[in-house]
Amino acid sequence: MTGPFLHLHPDDNVLVARASAPVGTEVKLASSTATLTQTIPLAHKIAYRDIVAGERILKYGMPIGIATEAIAAGAHVHIHNIRSAYTPTHALQDANGQSPETSK
Amino acid sequence: MTEKFQGYLRSDGRKGIRNTVVVAYLVECAHFVASKIVAGFDDEDVQLIGFPGCFPNEYAARVMGQLCTHPNVGAVLFVSLGCESFDKVRAKGTVASTGRPVETLVIQRSGGTAKTVETGRAWVRSALDEVAKVERAPMGVDELIIGTICGGSDGTSGISGNPAAGKAFDLLIAEGAACIFEETGELISCEDIMAERAKTPELGEELRAAVQKAERYYATLGYGSFAAGNAAGGLSTIEEKSLGAYVKSGDSQISGLIKPGDVPPRGGLYLMDVVPDGEVRFGFPNISDNAEIVEMIASGAHMTLFVTGRGSVVGSAISPVIKICANPDTYRALEGDMDVNAGDIIEGKRSIAEVGQEIRDLVVNVAKGAQTKSEALGHREFILTYKSFDPIGPSCLPAV
Repeated sequence: MTGPFLHLHPDDNVLVARASAPVGTEVKLASSTATLTQTIPLAHKIAYRDIVAGERILKYGMPIGIATEAIAAGAHVHIHNIRSAYTPTHALQDANGQSPETSK
Repeated sequence: MTEKFQGYLRSDGRKGIRNTVVVAYLVECAHFVASKIVAGFDDEDVQLIGFPGCFPNEYAARVMGQLCTHPNVGAVLFVSLGCESFDKVRAKGTVASTGRPVETLVIQRSGGTAKTVETGRAWVRSALDEVAKVERAPMGVDELIIGTICGGSDGTSGISGNPAAGKAFDLLIAEGAACIFEETGELISCEDIMAERAKTPELGEELRAAVQKAERYYATLGYGSFAAGNAAGGLSTIEEKSLGAYVKSGDSQISGLIKPGDVPPRGGLYLMDVVPDGEVRFGFPNISDNAEIVEMIASGAHMTLFVTGRGSVVGSAISPVIKICANPDTYRALEGDMDVNAGDIIEGKRSIAEVGQEIRDLVVNVAKGAQTKSEALGHREFILTYKSFDPIGPSCLPAV
């Protein structure tokens, strides 16, 4: 079991949090077990296995973007390490899922 | 399956689920006076809509005409400053031809603010008495037009709320309803899988072309249809948001492609192309969620299914909004604004099919007159701005 995470499609290289997952949560991945080093908020993604720079990110079995750097299995997958194949993503300081007031 | 309720019968044969008196300002300069007229009727169904611009626009004129002859509308008061370019004679003629009570007040010729408000309130008072006499007639699910939109999306939207809305669409379409999904800018990357669901290959090409147009349009503007809160909620790219949004269309065959103001000719599933045709002008296609809701109402939507993750609280003028909350944390925080808790799916408490059935049943209850949360709270948001469209092509509405 992937714990508080969903593997939405067998081809996916990311998992989606079905509840906020605190630091220290153990997550079973494709070929390893990771311990979260940061809180992963509800509905955010982590890497299901090691992802190389330039690789397509798959969710629902469909491409949702391209890795801009190598992403280790278990790491947060978001706008800091993937990009759209279409238009750039516009975000504010709270894009990691924490409000700026509470995350400092 | 043959569940009936009492609709408001209009002269064109269409039936409404509400019987609203609309006060419509025809330029921002008449907005305040129109809102003062409406403010005199807190406990009655009198609603404010309007168009802010002073320059003429064929799209806005057509949408306004469709809204003012919507089956949920019983009577219309236009409020004009007097010198704006909106064709108020044509607008009044459009409404009058349907037999609805209609009047136009021109502030410059009605003695200014105070006298126009007084005259306007007296007219609305008499219109309320008139619309109370509108004939009722049995109406079925097969006469409903239902829109869907997602707003304030997050990473839960595509897992719980949107699939549940899609399930409700499948149930309603099986009962003969016409259902509309839209925002082609939030279907980017879905065009190939969507085209395969078209009734004919030619329609499939039209669907694909509509999304490709959206892709070019947004690329020129430099922003996708993606708000900062989408990223905070775990969505990383427009294609991730799109895939989540796409599932609210359900699994039914796609019967046609329409543009704002085109009414679906029969039951089935329709994509609304909301991105303007021609060169990029007038700015973003829809500057906020209510602009999309207004366009579906202009195409006859009796109500709108609104899926939210981050937590939108909006309703709409003319047609009720059913709020489906995808995110269980948001539902707990904003329960007073939400009609359906699809967050139960995320928490493993209920299935997508169960929540889809709840939404379908709620649609029927709202058609029977039950108020949605946003309706009961008094939400009546409305926005209409500039756009331009070419008519739909011959392949967009294949014959049965």
